[in-house]
Amino acid sequence: MSTMPLLDIRNLHVQFDVFGGRLRVLDGVNLAVRAGEKVGLVGETGAGKTTTMKAVLRVLPQPPARIPEGEIFFEGQDVLKLSHRKIMNVRGQGISMIFQDPTAALNPVFSIGAQMGAVIRHSLPDNQRLSKRDLRERSVIPLKEVALADPERLLDSFPLQLSGGMRQRVCIAMALATSPKLLIADEPGTSLDVTIEDQVLRLLHDLVEKRNTAVVLITHSLGVVRETTDRVAVMYAGNIVEEAPTAKLFASPLHPYTQGLMAAVPKLTGGGVSDGIPGRMPTYLNPPTGCRFHPRCPHVMDICKSEKPPHYQVGDGHRVACFLHEGHAATGENVTTQAGGEVENL
Amino acid sequence: MSDLLEVKDLKKYFVIGHRDSLGREPITVKAVDSISFTVQEGETLGLVGESGSGKSTTAYTIVGMYQPTLGHANARGQDLFANGKARPKSLRKEIQIVFQDPGSSLNPRQTIKQILELPLRLHRPEVDRLTETVRLLELVDLPPDYMYKYPYMLSGGEKQIIAVARALATEPSLIILDEPTSALDVSVQGKIINLLLRLQREFNLAYLFITHDLSLMRNVAHRVAIMYLGKICEVADMEEFFKDPRHPYTQMLLSSIPVTSEEEEQAKPVKVVSTGEIPSPVDVPPGCSFHTRCPYVMDICKQVDPEMTQFTTGHMARCHLFTEGEQPETIGQS
Repeated sequence: MSTMPLLDIRNLHVQFDVFGGRLRVLDGVNLAVRAGEKVGLVGETGAGKTTTMKAVLRVLPQPPARIPEGEIFFEGQDVLKLSHRKIMNVRGQGISMIFQDPTAALNPVFSIGAQMGAVIRHSLPDNQRLSKRDLRERSVIPLKEVALADPERLLDSFPLQLSGGMRQRVCIAMALATSPKLLIADEPGTSLDVTIEDQVLRLLHDLVEKRNTAVVLITHSLGVVRETTDRVAVMYAGNIVEEAPTAKLFASPLHPYTQGLMAAVPKLTGGGVSDGIPGRMPTYLNPPTGCRFHPRCPHVMDICKSEKPPHYQVGDGHRVACFLHEGHAATGENVTTQAGGEVENL
Repeated sequence: MSDLLEVKDLKKYFVIGHRDSLGREPITVKAVDSISFTVQEGETLGLVGESGSGKSTTAYTIVGMYQPTLGHANARGQDLFANGKARPKSLRKEIQIVFQDPGSSLNPRQTIKQILELPLRLHRPEVDRLTETVRLLELVDLPPDYMYKYPYMLSGGEKQIIAVARALATEPSLIILDEPTSALDVSVQGKIINLLLRLQREFNLAYLFITHDLSLMRNVAHRVAIMYLGKICEVADMEEFFKDPRHPYTQMLLSSIPVTSEEEEQAKPVKVVSTGEIPSPVDVPPGCSFHTRCPYVMDICKQVDPEMTQFTTGHMARCHLFTEGEQPETIGQS
């Protein structure tokens, strides 16, 4: 790789200590995001998409969460080892996040202006202070960028006075107000209506394109990913099972889970609905050994039950964690197998 | 095919407050504002719309959870609203409903057996409840030992299957499906949809299928009705609907769907870029309620609410573009 990636997650494990035992959620996640790149992180509910990104921002409460292994490099420094003060600088100027539910992300008792002002003050160098008027002027700019009508008046409004689409635009404005290098968008359109989601996603796309911000788009919608990202990583039960350039993944999905997921999406052209994937996502308390997908996999082999498949490089930027593709792997740039998580707890 | 359900000029208004302290001048939400449609025996009518468009209110009114403000509904020639809240049992058993969130529509303190027995007890006291429960579970491909489980032991998909079995218990002719799969993941969705389609064939069931997912709708419904702010703006047969959508809102809705292949992208007939906000249902714009977002808005749209225009049998849209003698062709060429 010629340039150093902006974000480089290496072999990340995240576990949660709960009453019934230990939930082994992330099981060796590897993901790199280069500057300006738009990466989609797709998976079903509970696949670990949000946990991964929360680990990056270090907003997972520890305990119950613990990170026994793994590194997360952002601009060359390991986020997991940073002091509290330094991580506060990464959040905001380095990485910011848009959440799924804008109603929950905004504080209902503060005006939009107060919340936007707090974001902007946080992004200032330590010794710089702004007058109230300057702060207000600076707060209007991001709101204008997200095409909100009458931003001046909006600053004095409270979240409950806005519609869902407007609230999400405010959240986008806040996230981009500090000009971050990486934006994590966690299901930014899911809580909105289809036509409004379309607007918000187009707006987001234009803004990040203009600023050349890198984006990690977390979503469960394959359609959204296809339309807005350069590269996709598919997650299942705490692992990235397949990663490829978007066009390639949609043209030739290789992992049985990806294939099942794609077939399960109802098509606008009709032709009926596939039965989906049998079974359900395993619990993290006692995940299956070997490949975590093997109990639901139509092509399961003996090796799948005992060993965790490494990532096989099957083409330019296309890697897949499945033993079916062992033979097709090009010269082994395999990411090291980390079966430790399960084996020790058998 | 004959009309199983006929809804005519149905209105449901909710009073949500008053403009003055004396209780005069009520503030009303016109959740459903004069809608008419029919459902034939054995047919699936898809009711599509965004949140707040009145889809669920329509469903709840038909099933009898709400009393209508005005309007009529007939099922097999019997007036659904004749006796107010006291709808006769024989009519209740004909129309059943499956709710969106199976987590909250099944009583957590009851076993599946108890859940499935209640409708049997009420509507079919003559049957042997145990054998009938087993038969219901078989119908939905679940093993009989599920009877003794509690809802929390089941996955989301299985819970929804139980909700379907409960709806089947009264041997209805119409089941209202209120977003039956939107709380579930796509990999589970297919199984439930295919189950519903199989049951429809087996028992000649009619479905009123409520959803906001047009891609899903494409695969299950025979006809579609599109709702926007309490009104139906277009009704059409499925094939025709996707080939030749007329109402600007329908076109916007179709253009906005994220799809997973180029083929599907091609299947979207017209591109209308989505703009504007959905107005609050408390404060619906005068005239055509879509005029604030419509790319083809004319002066008349701001004052007069358009009437339904019929294009072919079964294809209707409510838009001034068609009533004012405009060439309907102009709309397809943006």
